[in-house]
Amino acid sequence: MPFRGRRNGGPTESSVGAIGQVAEIIRHRHALSLLIRRDLKARYKDSALGFLWTLARPLTQLAVYVVVIGHFLGAARGIPDFAIYVYTGIAAYTLFSDIITGGTGSIIGNAGLVKKVAVPRELYPIASVGGALFNYSVQILILLLATVVFGAFPWHWDLLYAIPGILLIVLYGTALALLLSALTVFLRDVSYIVEVILLLLIWLSPIVYSWAMVRDAVTPLVGGPILMEIYNANPLTLGVLALQKAIWTSGVGAEYPSDLLLRLGISIVVGLVLLVLGHWVFRRLQGNFAQEL
Amino acid sequence: MTEPPEVIRIGGLSKRFVLRKDNSLKERIVGFGRVGRRHREDFWALRDIDLSIRAGETVGLIGHNGSGKSTLLKLIGGVLDPSKGTVEYRGRIGALIELGAGFHQDLTGRENVYLNAALLGLTKKETEARFDEIVAFADIHDFIDTQVKFYSSGMFVRLAFAVAVNTDPDILLVDEVLAVGDESFQRKCLEKIDELRLQGIAVIIVSHNLGIIQELCDRTVLLDHGELLYDGDPREGIRRFREVLAAQPREVSGDAGVIRRVEVCGFDERPKSSFIPGDDVVIRVGLDGIHAFPEWSCSVNVADTQGRIVFATSTYHLGGEKWMSGTDDHVDVVFRFDAPPLSDGRYFVSSSIYVTNPPNQPVSQAQQVTSFEVLSDQATVGPLRVGTTVRVDPAT
Repeated sequence: MPFRGRRNGGPTESSVGAIGQVAEIIRHRHALSLLIRRDLKARYKDSALGFLWTLARPLTQLAVYVVVIGHFLGAARGIPDFAIYVYTGIAAYTLFSDIITGGTGSIIGNAGLVKKVAVPRELYPIASVGGALFNYSVQILILLLATVVFGAFPWHWDLLYAIPGILLIVLYGTALALLLSALTVFLRDVSYIVEVILLLLIWLSPIVYSWAMVRDAVTPLVGGPILMEIYNANPLTLGVLALQKAIWTSGVGAEYPSDLLLRLGISIVVGLVLLVLGHWVFRRLQGNFAQEL
Repeated sequence: MTEPPEVIRIGGLSKRFVLRKDNSLKERIVGFGRVGRRHREDFWALRDIDLSIRAGETVGLIGHNGSGKSTLLKLIGGVLDPSKGTVEYRGRIGALIELGAGFHQDLTGRENVYLNAALLGLTKKETEARFDEIVAFADIHDFIDTQVKFYSSGMFVRLAFAVAVNTDPDILLVDEVLAVGDESFQRKCLEKIDELRLQGIAVIIVSHNLGIIQELCDRTVLLDHGELLYDGDPREGIRRFREVLAAQPREVSGDAGVIRRVEVCGFDERPKSSFIPGDDVVIRVGLDGIHAFPEWSCSVNVADTQGRIVFATSTYHLGGEKWMSGTDDHVDVVFRFDAPPLSDGRYFVSSSIYVTNPPNQPVSQAQQVTSFEVLSDQATVGPLRVGTTVRVDPAT
């Protein structure tokens, strides 16, 4: 029987290569699924309504945005089926923010396990991604039910836009979750910074207003086209736009950035690079987790 | 006969900890660059350790606090990464380190068993096959579907131990967990460890309880300040460990500062540190400023390396339950013990001063300030050395 494990010291060599580490994660998929289930179960244990609470926050946000921004401020005038439009965006944003918030705290939250069990530490942030995806699937279900009620079920080819849309959000979310979970161990401020940035992010994407409103306001400015490109490069913006194109059928005539598919493709490639980078940083830092916690 | 296979191979293993004194963003920014470096302190918890452990061996890791025992265990367990050198291992590692740390308070016992087993590398089927055994070993049938936050600490530890030992490890790491649980459960744990050892599992134990080390292990590794001092026979390892302990200077910690010194002497009341069974032992306690207390009592105790008190007495007991009193400022209290039948080993002497007010609380204490050694033949083992002869008679 050969030696199964080998751990080397030294700052330049990492214990196992990235590929080996991915194989190790796949080998622990059973543990991963139990970790996800644990997080979901533990969150709403002992509450009477249980999972229904996952809907409380996005539905409240929805109500506030539809009433205040849509009707009082008049944003709804140019956007038919405003509720569905907003909810598509909010659900996507919630997925992103759940992944990042959960991921950032995942190593610290699992300190007991990190210090004791020698499993790939990537399992903990990835488990938060899994939990967030589960919550998202519940929201999507509600959203699709709503489209049926509105008589606007997205039965068209554009529904396929949902695939790159969700992929993009999960990709960037996972990359950042890996990076931030590792950084937070060494610098607790990270979780507070993340909170503030996430608060901003909901306004930096066309969630409660339309993309066309931004274009009309920004383009006439000095350097407007460049600003617009920066706005469009935001992966959350692209993800939200793709999902709106997929689900919000009332916006058939609505405007989207040119070459949306190309933009999505480029963003996905960049996201993959970011994921590899995030994982690299994570692997560099994880050797010191147990002593920092 | 071929030697059992090597299951752990450690080469040139070193571990450095960086101690930082700043931990918030503000401090990092304020102390950026060179100033930041000044806040860092390197500390080598382990230096250049070479070790090879074969299947079926039970190895006791000993050393005083901070000698690197737990760090070595965590490096083997893969929880920490080495700074230099390599750790290689075969098979599955089961760890009894910080028992129950992986349990989630809000989940039931059953859910926690499945999660922990999965993290230790068991599939769902394997866990199901062992589930009854785990529950039976932990002895918590009625509570397995209760959230673990309602468990007593004993139940909690029993379940955690049961999961760890029932996951078919090839290497079992045990860190001081035997100090928990009641006595019958401790027995059960030791028996289980013994059973696993007989199945050919390598067991590595960290414990301050040298009795357990001597009882269970067939090899000890002595660490001192991160360096490997000795590797081999447990008796010899423990003897050397006692030498290390004795070499550590201890001072009289004087709260009220009454005890000036504690001295071990031979029958002639001259200082002596090495005895053989049958020697009289005299302990002299020098007191300062004792006239400040109208009534006082001086007690001494002698403890072995495991902290177990071998004998103790006080002037109050010896004087027919009467307090001492007097007007002298400096006094020496001299206890004479007639030929204590102590077995081989090192013994530590402590002394305390009690007064009538406050009651039951020493006003001055000198914990294990001095020690002496008893060199004995090995006629008997255990805390007492008893003069023994033996004879074999033909049966009538």
